[in-house]
Amino acid sequence: MNQIIVLPAEADAGPAHAAPQGHLGRAALRVEDAALLTGRGSFTDDVGVKPGTLHAAILRSPHGHAEILSIDSSMALSLAGVRAVLTGADVAAWATPFAVGVKQPMEHWPMAIERVRYVGEPVAVVMAESRYIAEDALDLIRVSYRQLAAVVDPELALAAEAPVLHPAVGSNLVNDRHFRYGEPEAAFAAAARTVSIKVHYPRNSCTPIECFAVVAEYLAGDEGYDVLSNFQGPFALHPVMARALKVPGTRLRLRAPRDSGGSFGTKQAVSTYVVLLCLASRKAGAPVKWIEDRLEHLQGSVSSTNRVTTIEAALTNDGEITALRYHQIDDCGAYLRAPEPATFYRMHGMLTGAYKVRHLAVHNQVVLTNKTPSGLVRGFGGPQVYFAIERLMQRIAVELAMDPLDVIRRNLIGADAFPYRAPAGSLYDSGNYQLSLALAVEQGGLAELKARRDQARAEGRLYGIGYAAIVEPSISNMGYITTALTPDERAKAGPKNGANTSATVAVDALGSVSVMIDSLPQGQGHRTVVGQVVADVLGLDPAAIMVNAELDTQKDGWSIAAGNYSSRFAGAVAGTVHLTALKVRAKLALIAAPMLDATPDQLVFAGGKIFARDNPERKLPFHRVAGGAHWSPASLPDGMAPGVRETVFWTPEQLQAPDQNDVINSSGAYGFVFDICAVEVDKATGKVRIDRYVTSHDAGRILNPALADGQIRGAFAQGLGAALMEEFSYGSDGSFQSGTFADYLVPTACETPEPVIVHIETLSPFTPLGAKGLGEGNNMSTPVCIANAVADAIGLADLRLPLTPSRLHALLKFDDPAPSKPRAAPALKTPQGGHALAMSGSVELPATPAQVYAVLLDPDALVKVIPGCHALEQVGPNHYRADVTIGIGLVKARYAAEIRLADLDPPHALSLGGKGVSSLGSAEGAGQIRLEASGSGTRLSYDYSAAVSGKVAAVGGRMLEGAAKIVLRQLFEQLGRQAGGTGAAPPRSWWQRLLHALGVAK
Amino acid sequence: MKPSAFDYIRADSAEETVSLLARHGEEAKILAGGQSLMAMLNIRLAQPAMLVDISRCRDLDYVRVDKGQLVIGAAATQASVENRATLAAEVPLLDLVFPYISHFQIRNRGTVCGSVAHADPSAELPLCLTALQGEVVLRSKAGRRVLKADQFFQGMLVTAVKPGEIVEEVRFPLREQGARYAFQEVSMRHGDFAIAALAAAVTNDAIELTVGGVADRPQRMRWPRLAGADLDGAINDFAWGLEAQSDAHASAEYRRHLVRRLGRQLITEASA
Repeated sequence: MNQIIVLPAEADAGPAHAAPQGHLGRAALRVEDAALLTGRGSFTDDVGVKPGTLHAAILRSPHGHAEILSIDSSMALSLAGVRAVLTGADVAAWATPFAVGVKQPMEHWPMAIERVRYVGEPVAVVMAESRYIAEDALDLIRVSYRQLAAVVDPELALAAEAPVLHPAVGSNLVNDRHFRYGEPEAAFAAAARTVSIKVHYPRNSCTPIECFAVVAEYLAGDEGYDVLSNFQGPFALHPVMARALKVPGTRLRLRAPRDSGGSFGTKQAVSTYVVLLCLASRKAGAPVKWIEDRLEHLQGSVSSTNRVTTIEAALTNDGEITALRYHQIDDCGAYLRAPEPATFYRMHGMLTGAYKVRHLAVHNQVVLTNKTPSGLVRGFGGPQVYFAIERLMQRIAVELAMDPLDVIRRNLIGADAFPYRAPAGSLYDSGNYQLSLALAVEQGGLAELKARRDQARAEGRLYGIGYAAIVEPSISNMGYITTALTPDERAKAGPKNGANTSATVAVDALGSVSVMIDSLPQGQGHRTVVGQVVADVLGLDPAAIMVNAELDTQKDGWSIAAGNYSSRFAGAVAGTVHLTALKVRAKLALIAAPMLDATPDQLVFAGGKIFARDNPERKLPFHRVAGGAHWSPASLPDGMAPGVRETVFWTPEQLQAPDQNDVINSSGAYGFVFDICAVEVDKATGKVRIDRYVTSHDAGRILNPALADGQIRGAFAQGLGAALMEEFSYGSDGSFQSGTFADYLVPTACETPEPVIVHIETLSPFTPLGAKGLGEGNNMSTPVCIANAVADAIGLADLRLPLTPSRLHALLKFDDPAPSKPRAAPALKTPQGGHALAMSGSVELPATPAQVYAVLLDPDALVKVIPGCHALEQVGPNHYRADVTIGIGLVKARYAAEIRLADLDPPHALSLGGKGVSSLGSAEGAGQIRLEASGSGTRLSYDYSAAVSGKVAAVGGRMLEGAAKIVLRQLFEQLGRQAGGTGAAPPRSWWQRLLHALGVAK
Repeated sequence: MKPSAFDYIRADSAEETVSLLARHGEEAKILAGGQSLMAMLNIRLAQPAMLVDISRCRDLDYVRVDKGQLVIGAAATQASVENRATLAAEVPLLDLVFPYISHFQIRNRGTVCGSVAHADPSAELPLCLTALQGEVVLRSKAGRRVLKADQFFQGMLVTAVKPGEIVEEVRFPLREQGARYAFQEVSMRHGDFAIAALAAAVTNDAIELTVGGVADRPQRMRWPRLAGADLDGAINDFAWGLEAQSDAHASAEYRRHLVRRLGRQLITEASA
């Protein structure tokens, strides 16, 4: 199915473009797989640790926003096997806050100090002889919190009355910048018409199989810290970590093992935990190992930003966009963790997307809310931007009654325009967007899909076709983040730019070749491709090339741009490896030339031999030439250094710092993706079925087509997840509700159709091999392409991801016909947005109001009424401290609770409230109880609200309403028994009525 | 994500199991396939002091037809029932339902009785047991008692099992002459907890609809052979009576809608 069209590179392209023939471009099998498939992977958790290494477990906040009043670790410390507990006070003594990317008095530490700002924020670290003991000890740490109002909606966070996360900042708006390029005001004034749309992009992530892992050791005598971790870079965060630990860069030795089980950007956030575990080791006086578990990862590691965008286009009557205007509010969570606000600025130079729009106005607001700090997630910044632009393109088509494909075609940048400078600064290196689109239409069978749509609609079914055209950036400019600063602030800080990449190629005394790279692969197969690159240059078999992708900051050549992000491998890393191998070949050619009576430029490296092009019979073995540089350095040509080891540092010269006008070329290379998606929405269930997905890519030279298509399939699956099911869900109180893979839903093979993949290759003139990144395109294009298809199917504009069946059901506005007989108000109603549960209703109790009221005021009776109450200790008038075990089936949680009675109006009304903390999180409930005489008994009416946060909310969302019902049922059942005075089983009729009223029985 | 410490005893027989339960009381929990329990232990939602592993009790590992019922012992895996060649003829509803139960890897380990004992409101096997009005045999040191499904299931994760008792076996009635069945489930992904799961059974004189995933336990309703608007109205009343709950993945309104739409569709299918 795949067809590859290689367009010739520009005639004046540099000599590096003399394309190496041979292994590159072939679907070579991955050299990584044999070890991985036979259990010989070398992940952080596989690497042995020193004897005496302790295991860490992290106590995390159950609250979205609270002051920490006190932390009592004494019980935890007295548990056998526990060696130390690290708290905020230690951190404040030994570290400094992390550097923040904007000028604000905002402190971000590796753990909470005095205040928690998101559920899952570290509050204490236990170091013990095993992880089991460490987790036992977590349950013994007593933290006293004073809860504060939380805010989770970025627009509400901007309101004047919103709770402020960082009082020193004084506002949740931590960065606010306006940009204009060209003459947007004039273009909008002159526009024949405008179209706008407001969109919301949700919080989600790309979840690796292996979570975070850190082994940290504090070296006594101020020798610093030694760390093994699966941190993925960018290594610009190494100075951030070293400064937080108050050590020179050389005293933070950071090592990465050979294997890492996926990252997709998320393992950038390991940096916070590197610092935390270094301090934990210092506290314990021993090395400390921490392996993050899934609950920790989902609630407390990292997520994409959620974003609210209003985007508007100025248009001619025939659908040509003359200007774009953005207002973007990006929600970075509780702290602006480095490299944020990069989610905005990675995309900044290219906010006009694939379109030849010349006038652009941008208003960017970075907002903090009580959620996990955001950071790198595959596609970084792209999904949010393209969800706005490409939804807008679809709306333009609808409002102008045009074919969406015609709107796209009319606005695409022309094939003759490259290199193309976008108004905000991106320099698009190469492309032929029209050809990519035409091939997708042809090979994807658009005509057939349109016929299916016609037929489906004729049958009354909901079928739609969507498109997305996106430019995919790769090789980030390390200076783009400074676009968040004003030109004056940048001038003071000094310029930042470039995408420095390093590689080392060495040949040993036996002629064996080794390569060291700085890309920290996390499963992509970098070592395979590097072998292909070097084999071609040196005329060897790829199997003869040993590629080492481990990294050690104390030994290896690395730069602040090192790491596994911004799809930098194909363009930058493989390219730099190519340049390094060329340097090695040049040296060997100088050695071999006199031995072959030839000039270096006549020499050919092939089949493990070196020979002159015009005399192929006379050959020297590669190993002999290389070995000479080791065995007989005195015989080398004059002035040549012995040995064969070359390191090259490369940066694309096109990557400059942002200029005075905020023009920024944010990335080194720009690929193109054009997608077509056909869906059917099932009217009965609201389920979206992908009928076909077509994705057409131009990523310059394809280094290994099998790996390239693997990247596309993986990104497509993640894009599909973002479109249809993945979301980190928060209650309005800041409680986190997506703590397991049964709550945070990731597509599996069953839900992921095979996309039709189409390639063309227009070589990049800016990267050594003409290659560009392609691993993130579908994370950017697929969510909006599916949304556009659904919009086409159901004819609605306001679509929020993920497009779950329940959401689509709500959009399709089905009738909810009333039952034949009116029903009492339901016992439970869930307010919008979370686990603040609200319950109201009434029950009949077989006792007089005075008897019922007496029970509530009598501690001895009350202890029997409160479900699971073991002991009730009076601490004041109508104020009790209690030990309460809530049990639902196998689930048991023991709460240290406080119970208060208030608003006493005997025997008519009172409020009964309680709150408690357990190892499973916090729970709080309060409500009004009213009693009225009813026959010989009492009618008790209640109106309750409850909030649950922490682990139970994170993993048990599906069950919370049911659990609340059970607790209420137990409460009123016991109240009836106690008031009835006998404690015996109540009469059956009453029992049945009670259960029925509570909705738990017929 | 490590469980708190517990004692582990591997029982070799049903007799030994009930003796252990009698000795250790409420603190002892049964471990069979572990497909729900192990996750709850690791998250520490459950912290029992003792696990009694019955997975190797040979006298609990049986699937047989006896007195017009398919009888499944506590150690029998879901796969061992699913893969029974005669299942479609014996209990056609079970045959329809098994593919929806999680994934085959989990059915290889998970037990039928374990799923029934766990009483997850969204689980398919409690739904089938309710739909077919099967029985649960509870055994303790003191003896056995047999409960009908709707006596056994008492609420979300709550059953009639008392301390000292084990779900020794469950019994599904064999196909009733002339009865026809249909089943459908809506979940976010294949194998996920059901947002709504519905089974219809139609005989010459009655229609039965059983719904899981909506109320706090599976609920069954029986009507005469209604049709048209009468049937729609009856299903709608049933849907409201379930008092659907909302969670992060589905609203109560959506669940009611599924009961109405799929309920009607399945009854039509089973009536055909």
